[in-house]
Amino acid sequence: MHPSPSTHRIFSPTRLWAIASNTLLELVRQKVFYFLLLFALVSIGSSVILVQFSFQQQFQVLKDVALGAMSIFTWLLAVLCTAMILPRDIEDRTLYTILAKPVPRFEYLLGKLAGVLLLLLLALSLMGVVAALVLYLRQQDVLAGILAHTAPEDLDAAVRELKASTFTANLIPGILLIYIKAAICAALTLLISSFASSPVFTIIVSVMVYLIGHIQPIAREYWLNQLPAGTIVPPLIKVFLGFVALIFPDFQLFNLIDDIVVGAAVPFAAFAQTALLGLGYTAVYTILAYLSFAQKEL
Amino acid sequence: MRIRTALITLACLLAFGAGRIPIENHLAARHGAAGLNTAQLDLSLRQRIGQMSFLAALSGFRAVVADLLWIEAHSAWERTEWGRMKLLLDTVTALQPRAILFWDNAAWHMAWNASVAAREDRSQPREALRIRNQREYFKAGEDFLLRGIQNNPSSALLHERLGLLYQDKFRDPARAAEAFQRSAQLPGASQYVHRFALYQLALVPGREAEAYACLKALYQKSKQEHLPTLLRRLQDLEKKLSVPPDQRLPILESP
Repeated sequence: MHPSPSTHRIFSPTRLWAIASNTLLELVRQKVFYFLLLFALVSIGSSVILVQFSFQQQFQVLKDVALGAMSIFTWLLAVLCTAMILPRDIEDRTLYTILAKPVPRFEYLLGKLAGVLLLLLLALSLMGVVAALVLYLRQQDVLAGILAHTAPEDLDAAVRELKASTFTANLIPGILLIYIKAAICAALTLLISSFASSPVFTIIVSVMVYLIGHIQPIAREYWLNQLPAGTIVPPLIKVFLGFVALIFPDFQLFNLIDDIVVGAAVPFAAFAQTALLGLGYTAVYTILAYLSFAQKEL
Repeated sequence: MRIRTALITLACLLAFGAGRIPIENHLAARHGAAGLNTAQLDLSLRQRIGQMSFLAALSGFRAVVADLLWIEAHSAWERTEWGRMKLLLDTVTALQPRAILFWDNAAWHMAWNASVAAREDRSQPREALRIRNQREYFKAGEDFLLRGIQNNPSSALLHERLGLLYQDKFRDPARAAEAFQRSAQLPGASQYVHRFALYQLALVPGREAEAYACLKALYQKSKQEHLPTLLRRLQDLEKKLSVPPDQRLPILESP
């Protein structure tokens, strides 16, 4: 039974879930998970190549490669999947079917983004499991060697060192930050897609924003005069740098995994603030995407 | 997209930017204080690693670029190309200043491997030049460890390695004792470093009394500390300090 107009709610979590789950299903049907094969290949391949190194070196490189691959694949998925959502829905006219029903545009957009975010979560979790499995198998190999060749009095220390080198709980905040960064990229791509004329344009602009976002802190430092002594920035350049700092996101703040892999601990307060900032970025870009999408002539 | 909507979007982005800049500044400082994101990705690094690698390093793949260069440095080691290896290790440590493993291995390659190769370099007929080259590699190893400590002040391992370098290569017991002692005071230090610090202190001219008091305290702490080097150092110090026989420790009865 359809709800009467008087019982229709402006925002409905059920409708949102229906759009999000359908988006996820569509994306899964497009075989986006094939990249997992590539990820597994990279992880297993590097674990085989690295056997000539000491186990500390092996695990450090393995973790770097696995987390680097997780970061790049999640980012690519976020950009490519989000860039295709609106144009595809317009092309196969699904968008009109949905919006002809009492579904507000904001709900539609939010549902689409939620679908992509679910996909990213699923993909990152699967990659995490593959990475943990590769590290675990390698750990078992190394452990067998340690048990066979280490004196009993040194065994405890050697096993402790081995366990500290592999997949530890310290990596989880880093992986969460990879997810948050990908979520920002997805929301940003949705914003660009809301006014872009083609998916190619959306992808190119998203990639450029991603790259500029990584050098935004340099622009910010120069703009705010946090410079080495004696550095003079011409006023016009300063205005340009200020513009870059204000418009583009600071992606370097979310790049903590490189340091986490080598044992640096992220204080909880710093992690929480970074995560909140990421949520803020995602929310603002989504609202702006809605503002633009609401004005779009369909 | 209508111009009005575009302008509103731009204005919102600028307003959001103005609101978040102080937060980002504070957060960047907080990360820096916690030793996160401390790599200096500057123009000299770009010249060393090339445009593409620099771009990759800037785009959040700093660790992967560092690993690839590390593997390249390993190949340079296998081919005994020491100069190239040092350049690569400099770049690797600049990209990943928090990776203790890189600093430790870089120092070891320079001070232990490259220095021996320089000392035994038959293409250099002059002994004096071979010794000079060897010392330069000792200095390169020391430089890696000092920079590593600067970036990771709480690393007990790097202080320990510095102590070993001063002990084995520079033959400088005063600096070795100091480095071992600093290592012993840090969390995660090996159990033996405090002992190593005292062994080296015993060899420092003018500090024999201090070393004797510390070694004696260690000797009296437990029987497990009665190791051959400790006993030998105590005996030597008792002789040097002319400790009266009745006040000497019953060392000879120990294992």
